[in-house]
Amino acid sequence: MGFLKDRYNEYGKGMSVTLNTFVQTVKPKKLGGGAATVQYPREKEAPPIRARGVIALREDNCTSCMLCARSCPDWCIYIEGHKELAPPRRAGGAPRKVNKLDRFDIDYALCMYCGICVEVCPFDALFWSPEYEYSEPRIADLLHDKTKLGEWMETVPEAPELEAGAEKKKK
Amino acid sequence: MIAVDLPYWAQSLLRVLGGTVAVLLPAGTIVYLFLFKMMSFMQSRLGPMEAGPYGSMQLFAEVGKWLQKEDIQPALADKKIFKIAPLIVLVSTFILVAVVPFGPDAYFTDFEAGVFYALAVSSVSVLGILIAGWSSANKYSLLGGLRAAGQLIAYELPMVLAVVGVVIQAGSMNMQQIVFAQNHGSIFGWDGVGNPYVLTQFVAFGVFMIAVQAELTQTPFDMPIAESELVSGYMTEYSGFRFLIFFIAEFANVGIFALIASVLFLGGWGVPFSWFGWDSMDAVDDWMNVVGPLIMIGKMLALSFLIMWVRFSYPRLREDQLQRFAWKVLIPVSLVNIMLTAILKVAF
Repeated sequence: MGFLKDRYNEYGKGMSVTLNTFVQTVKPKKLGGGAATVQYPREKEAPPIRARGVIALREDNCTSCMLCARSCPDWCIYIEGHKELAPPRRAGGAPRKVNKLDRFDIDYALCMYCGICVEVCPFDALFWSPEYEYSEPRIADLLHDKTKLGEWMETVPEAPELEAGAEKKKK
Repeated sequence: MIAVDLPYWAQSLLRVLGGTVAVLLPAGTIVYLFLFKMMSFMQSRLGPMEAGPYGSMQLFAEVGKWLQKEDIQPALADKKIFKIAPLIVLVSTFILVAVVPFGPDAYFTDFEAGVFYALAVSSVSVLGILIAGWSSANKYSLLGGLRAAGQLIAYELPMVLAVVGVVIQAGSMNMQQIVFAQNHGSIFGWDGVGNPYVLTQFVAFGVFMIAVQAELTQTPFDMPIAESELVSGYMTEYSGFRFLIFFIAEFANVGIFALIASVLFLGGWGVPFSWFGWDSMDAVDDWMNVVGPLIMIGKMLALSFLIMWVRFSYPRLREDQLQRFAWKVLIPVSLVNIMLTAILKVAF
């Protein structure tokens, strides 16, 4: 029997793998069959919750410090801002100087989804969202301005539970 | 027998039409059913799904795409021969189908030396492939053509020798006679399934199917078009319609060889004659001319499934392994098979 078993391992195993996959694919979905393929526009696969789909901007947190723009490997973040005077924190104090954001654009035609901008942001202004359906017929439309980047905030998932005692990241 | 007198031109027209259908229909069926769908299923994919229900119109889309493409020839190519080569390959398919019987009266020619003719004519495609490789003025094409020539010649021998066993047992080279002998035969007096030669000539069947796989340059034996070394072998420089002709010829040949194998080993178009009490060719009822082709298509699909299943499962052999397998394994095995068949034929 050893001889037959060796011949099976040599020639039969490969054939049985393809046949089993064939039967598995042809089997109706109800019986646990079906292909691995997802027919994209008609069926959709939910991306993993921490998928790197699109970068969302929380404008209030941004101080236009330019760290993200400077660390971006392909320079796809464009930031412009100006200084403004804000009311003092305490009555009688001097007015504060704050940075006001005029422009915050990310060019997704250039972005390579490395996520360095999200990592370096010290003020929790940038977040990953798993949303991925934002292709455009015109390549120029892939430049998302700060309004559009702000709209992505709705799709940002809740941050995962932190260890006890750690400071929670604000959304 | 059907008694209809048609003028010669009408007979010829019918034969040409029938031949075209008998070549293109299996080719289309095999490409869609096996190459598109079965291969996808074996890789847990769905295959083409957009063109028509379940992608059934995909073939027309593919043909349309190929027809639109530019007909490119390399500047140094031997233009005339370059253009003729795919046609030679396709023509060998057409003249091969001429001897395949589809029913008691549904045949193109009832040729006494049918098996001999089929085996001789099947090597015409080697010429087409060789001159395609030569005329392309491309080293990959040339190497592919030479490999194809070496392989097809090497595997023709075991194929011929395997068929000799069937011919000895049937006592005839006529394909109709071989079908008759199988369906009219009996196994030790029991004629419930006739005597399909796959049961007695199983060695020849195995050798024949392996040799067919190699003749068709399907995957375990696809050194001639090994894409990782030779781009696409002798087809490298062909585009558009000429590539389409090569492609059709490849899969039409799968169908035709499956038909020939089913005639030689699986009983062809017949059902066991004892079921209906037929005892000679003339006694076979006329409705077999309709049912016969359907049976043939069924057997062809079963055998092409086998060919394609092997194709999708195995990695390719190296050139030296491929030649060694033909000369050192298949040919001796089929020679021994011939000897045994001859001895048993005389003994019983």
